[in-house]
Amino acid sequence: MLILHCPYCGVDADETDLHAGGQAHLKREGPGSSDEAFEDYLFMRENPKGVHFERWRHVYGCGKWFHAARCTSTLEVFGTYPAQTLEPPQDIKDKISGTRPGWSWGIFK
Amino acid sequence: MSNAVSALNGKVAPGEVTIREAGLRGMITLRGDLSDSKLKSVCTGLSGVDLPMPGHANCVGEKGLCWMSPDEMLVLVPYAEVDAALELIAKNLKKKHHLAENVSDARALIFVEGEYSRDMIAKLAPVDLHPDVFQPGSFRRTHLGQVAAAFWMRDVDTFEVICFRSVADYAFNLLETSAKAGAVGHFNAR
Ligand SMILES: [Zn+2]
Repeated sequence: MLILHCPYCGVDADETDLHAGGQAHLKREGPGSSDEAFEDYLFMRENPKGVHFERWRHVYGCGKWFHAARCTSTLEVFGTYPAQTLEPPQDIKDKISGTRPGWSWGIFK
Repeated sequence: MSNAVSALNGKVAPGEVTIREAGLRGMITLRGDLSDSKLKSVCTGLSGVDLPMPGHANCVGEKGLCWMSPDEMLVLVPYAEVDAALELIAKNLKKKHHLAENVSDARALIFVEGEYSRDMIAKLAPVDLHPDVFQPGSFRRTHLGQVAAAFWMRDVDTFEVICFRSVADYAFNLLETSAKAGAVGHFNAR
């Protein structure tokens, strides 16, 4: 069972209080973008065994979207952070580096 | 004028832990900037209590404030006072971006009363209800069994549960079944 800390409510929410929202930090491609970029945006996703960044919604709680950094292999949660950001905060990256040195994910490392 | 009736019309299931539908209660969903001084003062003025911290509810009698999210407060008032309260909110927040809606008839309020009320809630919600963590004044939005619900502790023996009116019957039966099954004893009552 996955338990994630909601950065807005400050509570630890059980998986059944949450709704999974897929990969985090997607860059939206719209009118004017190339077909390849639009296809990437629509369909191409990271599918790592290990460090992953996801969007989650505290659907039975405050209703807000937030981000989570976790390991898909061990279910270790590195941390959660508000959705109003374009990249993972440094303290979360540092925490991942502590146990997964040399990790990379998309454009982040 | 229609005769307003609450979801379960005050149904009671007495027992070691008693489940009691509270009857009609005025509830206003108020969304806006919770740090705004005008919003704060209209909330405290209507309810007579201080603005609660995140994860808390301040309730006295039929009035109170519940922290719903970083931009949402639930204002509780007596059922008959909702229209006047909405007018006051509209007047005071005229120039502020906000939303206030009467949700009284969309909700049901259920009391869980008795020494082991904590056990009854703990059996049904994925929430840490340890006495060191969840205390009088604590508030949580989550789910009870299969339905969305919010609850807060009024005092050491009493929880107040809010759910949608359409699932009031389910929530009541769920709590009643939990109460009939008895205490778990995990929290080693006082
Ligand atoms: Zn939340």
